[in-house]
Amino acid sequence: MATTTTTVPSAGPVAGSRSFLSRLRQGDEIAHIITFLFAVSVVLVTLLLVFDLWQGSALPRHKFGFNFFRTSVWDPIFDHFGALPFIYGTLVTAAVSLVIAVPLGIGAAIFLAELAPARVSDTLEFFIDLLAAVPSVIYGLLGVFIVVPLMRQYIQPALKHSLGFLPLFQGPAYGVGFLTAGIVLAIMVIPYIISVSREVLLSVPRDQREAALSLGATRWESTWKVVVPFARGGILGSIFLALARALGETMAVTMVIGNTPAISASLFSSGYSIAAVIANELTEATSNLHYQSLIELGLVLFLLTFVLNGLARLLIVATSQRGAGMGNA
Amino acid sequence: MNARLRWRKFVSGFMLAMTGVCALVSVSVLFLILGYLVFHGGTSISWNFFTKLPAPVGETGGGMANAIVGSGKLLLIATLIGVPIGFFGAIYLAEFSGSTTAFIVRYAADLLNGVPSIVIGIFAYSLVVLPFKQFSTLSGGFALGLMMIPITLRSTEEFLRAVPNALREAAMALGASKSKTIATVIVPAAYRGILTAILLAFARVAGETAPLLFTAFGNRFWSQGWTQPTAALPEMIYRYAISPYDDWHRQAWAAGLVLLGLILVINIVARAILSRGIAVPRT
Repeated sequence: MATTTTTVPSAGPVAGSRSFLSRLRQGDEIAHIITFLFAVSVVLVTLLLVFDLWQGSALPRHKFGFNFFRTSVWDPIFDHFGALPFIYGTLVTAAVSLVIAVPLGIGAAIFLAELAPARVSDTLEFFIDLLAAVPSVIYGLLGVFIVVPLMRQYIQPALKHSLGFLPLFQGPAYGVGFLTAGIVLAIMVIPYIISVSREVLLSVPRDQREAALSLGATRWESTWKVVVPFARGGILGSIFLALARALGETMAVTMVIGNTPAISASLFSSGYSIAAVIANELTEATSNLHYQSLIELGLVLFLLTFVLNGLARLLIVATSQRGAGMGNA
Repeated sequence: MNARLRWRKFVSGFMLAMTGVCALVSVSVLFLILGYLVFHGGTSISWNFFTKLPAPVGETGGGMANAIVGSGKLLLIATLIGVPIGFFGAIYLAEFSGSTTAFIVRYAADLLNGVPSIVIGIFAYSLVVLPFKQFSTLSGGFALGLMMIPITLRSTEEFLRAVPNALREAAMALGASKSKTIATVIVPAAYRGILTAILLAFARVAGETAPLLFTAFGNRFWSQGWTQPTAALPEMIYRYAISPYDDWHRQAWAAGLVLLGLILVINIVARAILSRGIAVPRT
């Protein structure tokens, strides 16, 4: 019934003879141009942002080159900047957060997509969406006053007692540090994993489940061996999204990581992250080199999240389309 | 055989129960957050909190009136930047553009959406703060506005696309020009969705802190104008939470409660608007 054409219906000799001015008077061309300018400004701003980061970090890129990422001395007084501790802190906290968030998030997504009745699932998803809207500074606030004391008094001593033979869980329990930051990050990214994974799982065609069940699989076997593998790409995409978010997160991490540029095998020790050092030092940068080194860190962060977000989008779209394609067959 | 079947059924039941536990744990975090904020913040909220300036260091009492007004001003500028660009850009994408331009614009918007907020802060700092050598309300609003653009743009576009083509064709068949069709038929048909998109974008930037550290910067007094630094609620929460004073901690909780309450209410309202349905004509 509905045709796909959206062209102006009065196409033909009449349309061709209309002058540009008369079309302008009708407002179509004006609307076209104005909205075009707004749309293009988005592209320009984005290009300007990339250009600004690249241009703004020229000094340290030329002076330190690749050593910027390999050395760990961050010394504004002697103007020497190596970013290794920050990169280490960012990666470690993100890794800790994924270790916690991925099983929890995927488990919850499976429950929402496969098990819960539609009404329960939608209600829970509503709460998950609200959770995703909680600003990071609130997570930081709870991190400082709730999670840090909890870690110091109960969790870290308990971990030390039970798993203290591992280098990961040694050293004094200050409360702040990689582990705490990782846990707070995990809480922050779980909603992202749940929302996206749920969508992807819901896009898996019914036939897949029914086929597995009819072959005698239990409910869990059909879920874990058929549905989840089918949605694998999209779930991986949701994890990439969460990772990108965790890497770029600033406030919550700044508040609980301890802000000490140190590399330590222990998750209990305090560290620093890329976003946190930018937040703390950008406005107080003493020299141009210091300022530009911070911008280079921003550039690194930008590139990391750029790549991860791109991969995530590809995976999620590919998986959803696969589901839709098979559903129609 | 029977034992094996029993084992498989046990595994199935156990694992499915575990997924339920995962969901319960994840959702309960929201209520834990709310509970803690109400418990700690509820007792600290008073009339003074909304009407007084921050007390001098060392004195107890005072409020965050300047931060509340500051947040309002920042969000006003952000909305003035983010909503027009997002809205008109989305109209271009949904109604005018060819596929190549649309792809480029969408790609840029998605890219901008993924940029960590701290990097947006750097950008606003080097673009607006450094040239004027002045932290300002304007620069903070600019940073937040940038973050509003992609959210508004992408969701508005989706809601515009959801308007059935039959509506466009009907309007044009009646002789309306394209711009007239958009203004009087398509946008009104999608207005619930667009309103939701704008509200969600607003709620998202209302809690942003990181870009404000380099732009609005913070201020313990009333801001002297649009080109002067200003306090903002999320930024005050951060500074008060990491401070060593108990009274400031109490106020940080109160501010957290106010901020989160505001954001959750906007979110719920936005979703309520949407769930009442986009006007889709029956065939």
